[in-house]
Amino acid sequence: MSKETLDKVNEKLMTQFPGLHLEAELLYNFPVFTVDHTKAHEILKFLKEDPELNFHFLTDLTGMQTADEKQLGVIYHLHNMPKNMRIRIKTFFDISKPEILTATDLWAGANWMERETYDFFGVRFTGHPNLVRILNVDEMDIFPMRKEYPLEDQTREDKEDKMFGR
Amino acid sequence: MSQEIIKKTKLEIAKTPEGIEGPGFFATKVDEVIGMARANSLWPLPFATSCCGIEFMATMGSHYDLARFGMERLSFSPRQADLLMVMGTIAKKMGPTLRQVYEQMAEPRWVLSVGACASSGGIFDTYSVLQGIDRIIPVDVYVPGCPPRPEQIIDGILKIQELAKNESGRRRHSPQYKDLMNSFGIE
Ligand code: SF4
Repeated sequence: MSKETLDKVNEKLMTQFPGLHLEAELLYNFPVFTVDHTKAHEILKFLKEDPELNFHFLTDLTGMQTADEKQLGVIYHLHNMPKNMRIRIKTFFDISKPEILTATDLWAGANWMERETYDFFGVRFTGHPNLVRILNVDEMDIFPMRKEYPLEDQTREDKEDKMFGR
Repeated sequence: MSQEIIKKTKLEIAKTPEGIEGPGFFATKVDEVIGMARANSLWPLPFATSCCGIEFMATMGSHYDLARFGMERLSFSPRQADLLMVMGTIAKKMGPTLRQVYEQMAEPRWVLSVGACASSGGIFDTYSVLQGIDRIIPVDVYVPGCPPRPEQIIDGILKIQELAKNESGRRRHSPQYKDLMNSFGIE
């Protein structure tokens, strides 16, 4: 089923967007597509509105960062319930300019998930109606899940590093 | 007769404060009477956020029965409450709320910090967790443990009772107390 989904979505995307740079692979039996971030919104819109693919449900949306290249990315999980098709869309951009079009116009459920991704990774979703922190304190001036920030609380002076294995 | 019954049931009745006793009268200090009244009518406000809060529920249940001392009346409103029980992990985002609850309580007020998280941030040495509630409000008694056993929570409450009983009536008006409050930025 997953291989079929992969092939079908791949073929559809290729006919719809000729010349698109698309990486399609099967990871743990799950179809994964890596797309260019400038095209991501268009592709998501197509995947949702195409009557055959009809990915009407955004299961998940989150950020990710690769340690080596300091690249930041956004990941979308899409689900077509009637046909039980699931795919994952990945897109990367330069960490110095973390901007991408919002998906809130396609799925209302993207609203909170994008706020969370902004809160933790600092990805700016252009067009989002209310892009402010959602889980962390407003005064926080870091994006905790980015690999350049320490996860420990920096205000402690009573914990000796050697006792905590760091 | 009544003495005998008390012995048999091992009941402990609140002791009368020291004073001068005679036929038909009893004279003692106002502080002691007020202390006794306060200690035996605590109104705790449980501020429970996580696992320690569950432990507290067990403490309230029939087996450990916090109410067996016949003195506490739990209330989920800061109004008239005089004992703030903080049980659980306090995220930095929740800090202002906790502080507001404390500020809304009436004087005299005591704070019981239950568990490693409330007392020191516990195992959560992370960017989002407040590393001890004593960074934003004064604490009277710390109960250690992760989570503490119900007996420990009860012990903490008895310690608070002891404090309330022996506190001078003037303590809350003293300059030291004002300084303490000011050091937390509370008027
Ligand atoms: S001290 Fe332990 S049991 Fe209590 S809230 Fe923290 S983690 Fe949970």
